[in-house]
Amino acid sequence: MYKVLVSEQLVPNIHLLKIEAPTIARKALVGQFVVVMVDEVGERIPLSLADWDAEEGTITLVVMQVGTSTRKLAALKADGCILSLAGPLGLPSHIERFGTVACIGGCYGIGAIMPLARSLKHLGNTVISIIEARSKNLLYWQDKLQQVSDELIFTTGDGSSGYKGWAYDPLKEMLEAGKKIDLVFAYGCTFMMRLISEATKSFGVKTRVALNPIMVDGTGMCGVCRVSVGGETKFACVDGPEFDGHEVDWELLATRRTTYLEEEIRSLQRFECQQWYFETSKAMEARVERKA
Amino acid sequence: MKEKPELEKEKKTKPRVKMREQDPLKRIRNFEEVPYGYTPDEAADEASRCLQCKRPTCRNGCPVEVDIPSFIKLIKEGKFIEAAWKVKEKNALPAVCGRICPQEIQCESLCILGKKGEPVAIGNLERFVADYEAEKGGIQIPEKPRPTGRKVAIVGSGPGGLTCAADLIRSGHQVTLFEALHKPGGVLIYGIPEFRLPKVIVEREVEYIKKLGVELVLDAIIGKLYTVDELLNDKGYDACFICIGAGLPIFLGIPGENLNGIYSANEFLTRANLMKAYLFPEYDTPIKRGERVAVFGGGNVAMDAARVALRLGAEKVYLIYRRSEAEMPARKAEIHHAHEEGVEFLLLTNPTRFIDDGKGNVCKVECVRMELGEPDESGRRRPSPIKGSEFQIGIDVAITALGTMANPLLTKTMPDLKLNKRGYIIAEEATGMTSKPGVFAGGDIVTGSATVISAMGAGRRAAKAVNEYLKWRY
Ligand SMILES: Cc1cc2nc3c(=O)[nH]c(=O)nc-3n(C[C@H](O)[C@H](O)[C@H](O)COP(=O)(O)OP(=O)(O)OC[C@H]3O[C@@H](n4cnc5c(N)ncnc54)[C@H](O)[C@@H]3O)c2cc1C
Ligand code: FES
Repeated sequence: MYKVLVSEQLVPNIHLLKIEAPTIARKALVGQFVVVMVDEVGERIPLSLADWDAEEGTITLVVMQVGTSTRKLAALKADGCILSLAGPLGLPSHIERFGTVACIGGCYGIGAIMPLARSLKHLGNTVISIIEARSKNLLYWQDKLQQVSDELIFTTGDGSSGYKGWAYDPLKEMLEAGKKIDLVFAYGCTFMMRLISEATKSFGVKTRVALNPIMVDGTGMCGVCRVSVGGETKFACVDGPEFDGHEVDWELLATRRTTYLEEEIRSLQRFECQQWYFETSKAMEARVERKA
Repeated sequence: MKEKPELEKEKKTKPRVKMREQDPLKRIRNFEEVPYGYTPDEAADEASRCLQCKRPTCRNGCPVEVDIPSFIKLIKEGKFIEAAWKVKEKNALPAVCGRICPQEIQCESLCILGKKGEPVAIGNLERFVADYEAEKGGIQIPEKPRPTGRKVAIVGSGPGGLTCAADLIRSGHQVTLFEALHKPGGVLIYGIPEFRLPKVIVEREVEYIKKLGVELVLDAIIGKLYTVDELLNDKGYDACFICIGAGLPIFLGIPGENLNGIYSANEFLTRANLMKAYLFPEYDTPIKRGERVAVFGGGNVAMDAARVALRLGAEKVYLIYRRSEAEMPARKAEIHHAHEEGVEFLLLTNPTRFIDDGKGNVCKVECVRMELGEPDESGRRRPSPIKGSEFQIGIDVAITALGTMANPLLTKTMPDLKLNKRGYIIAEEATGMTSKPGVFAGGDIVTGSATVISAMGAGRRAAKAVNEYLKWRY
C-alpha cells in the first residue's frame, strides 16, 4: 500500500497526486514512469512521473481523467491508499547540453515536461517551454515552468490566454523565422506529439516523443505496448517510452490505443453509476440521520 | 506362443482409478477446476496398485527426488497426512506439482506398471495428499531455527524462488523475496489458468512461506528499484538467488502482427488470470472476447490460451501448430482436455500473415500447410512449408504462444554476470552458482522455458549451495 499525501484538482479533469514512495523517488530519472493499480479490482496503467523528491520520499503524478482507473485515482483523498505502484520504469531521457531545446507539453504532459525542462536548464541549455490547452482555465503549472524555462509560451485553442492556437503553431513560426532549435521534446496526447513531429520533420529538427500505448506489466513481459519505430517493432515500456518522433508509426499507435474503446466506455458508465449510487445513498443516510 | 501369458498378466493388473472431471460442455462455460480430485477411497484404491518395487525407478524420474513408494505406501495404509509430510520432505509445493507436472515423461514414465498397462497415477496421488492435508488443517509450521544472522535476497517469486526461500528460511537465514508484480507466484499466478491450478492453492503456498518468516516485497522490480549490487553492498544481503523466469514473449515476425486483437499468450493469460479480466466489468481490466480465435503453438501455454478463449465465450478456437500432434510439447492431459472441449487442431500448419478489416483489427489469418522433414537439433522433425497450399481463416482474436526469451531488464544492469548467446544466465547446474560471487540463479532464466518442477529443483539446489557459500564465507 502506498499512501496518498496530496490529492488536488489542478484544472478540470486533471488531477495531481503526491504519493509516499521513497524507494521509487530515490531512483527516479527524467522521462521515466510508474505502473499504478489503484485497488484489488483495478487495472494496471502507466503514468509519467511529473516530479519526485528523494529527500521527502515522494513522487508526484499528474493524472488526466479519461477512464475508470484515472477516475478512481482522482477520487482518492489525502491519506487514501494505492494498492500497487511499480517503478521507476522505462529508459530515462537522454539529456545533455544540446543548446536550445523546446519542451512541449499538452494535457497530462504539461506535468511530465516540467522535470525535463528543469534538468535541461540545469545542464545549461536554453529552454523554451510551450504548453497548450483548449482554454485558459485548463493550463496549469505555468509558475513552475516559468522557473525552469528561459522562455515560456502558452497557447490556447480559443485564444483566452497567450497565443491563440496550438503548441505546434508558435513552434512552426519560430522554425520558419529561422530560429535555431537543436532539439524538441514533446510529451502529451498522441495527436499533439504527431503534429509536432510532422512540423519539425521538414526542418530536420530532431524530436523526442514519449509514447503512451496501453501497458500491463511495464517490464517487457506481455508485449501489449508494442509500437513501430523506424519500421521495427519495439516495446515502449522497456525500449522507450521516449522515441524519435520522426520514425514513429503514428497511425498504428493511435489504432492500438483504441483496442478497448468499447470496454472502456462500458467500464466508465458502470463506475459512474456506482459513484452516483454511492453518493446518493450517502446523502440519503445523512438526511435520515439528521431527521433522527 | 510368447504373447499369451503376457496378455493374461495385463488383464490381472487393475486399471488406473480415473479422476472424475467436470463435463466438457459445462466446463467450457466456467473457470472452475476441471478434475475433481480423488476421494480417500479412490486414492487408497489407486495406491494399492503400486507394487512397492524393491528398487523403485519412479524416483529417478522426479527432479526433486520425492520418495514416491513411501508416500504411496502411507496412502495405502490410510495415513494421508503422513503421506503429505513425506512428499513435503522433498517437494514444497505438492498441490501445485500434483496438478501441473508433466508426470507422463517423469516419474510415471518409469513406473513398471507402465510397461504393460497404465502406470500408477503418481501425480493424482500427490495432489490428493496435498489437498487432504490442506483441508484437514494439518499443515505444520516447523519450529523456527536458530538465526544465523545472514541475509539472503531472492529475486522472483515463481516456483523456483518460493522453493529456495522456504529452504533458506529453514536454515535460519533472514530471507527477502522480491517480486516485480503486485502478486507473488510467478507463472503459477499470472500464466496458468484457474481451471488448471486454482489460485487459492498458490495463495496457500505463499501464505505458508510467509508464515515460515519469509519477507515478501511486491512491486519490486530488481534492476530498476534496486540493482543486485545495491542489495549486496548497501542493503546488507550476503547472497542473492535470481529466479526471474524467461518472460519476454516471442512474436511470429509476420506481416500484420501489430493489429488489434493479436495478443502474446503472456498478455492474454496475464489479463485473464492475474488481472481477472474474465470478470470484466467487475474487474477493470478488459480482454477481447473473440468469437473466432486462433492460437499458435503446441505447448502448455498454447493449450491454456485456447481453453481460456473458449471460456471467454469463443464459438470456435483453432489451435494452429506447425508440426504434428506427436511433437507437441504440452502435457498429454492438456491436449486431451483441449480436444474434449472442442478446440480444433490445425496441425502441420503455419501462419504467414494477418489481414485487417480496414479499421486496424485482425479479421483473417493466412496459413500455409507444412510437411515434416529431417529431425533438427531438438530431435523433432523439421517442418517446411508446402508451396501453393496457402489458405485463409476468418478470426477476430489471435494469440501467439511460441515460447519466450530471456528478459534483459535485470541482467543488463549486471555487466559482471556471464550470459549465454541467447541472454540466459550461465549458472552451474548442481549449485546455481554464476560468474558473480554470492549470486546464484536458476529456473527459466537459466534453462529457458522449462517446467515448474525443474525450477523448483533449481531453487532447492541453489538453497543448498547458498548455505555452503555462507558457511565458507563467514
Ligand atoms: C501458461 C503457462 C503454462 C505452463 N504450464 C506448465 C505446466 O503445466 N507444467 C509445468 O511444469 N510447467 C508449466 N509452465 C512452465 C512453468 O510455469 C515455468 O517453467 C516455471 O514457472 C518457471 O519458474 P521460475 O521460478 O523460473 O519463473 P517464473 O514462474 O516465471 O517466475 C518468475 C518471477 O520473477 C518475477 N520477476 C521477473 N523479473 C523480475 C525482476 N527484475 N525483479 C523482481 N521480480 C522479477 C516475475 O514477475 C515472476 O513472478 C507453464 C508456463 C506458462 C507460461
Ligand atoms: S507493458 Fe507489457 S511488455 Fe510493455
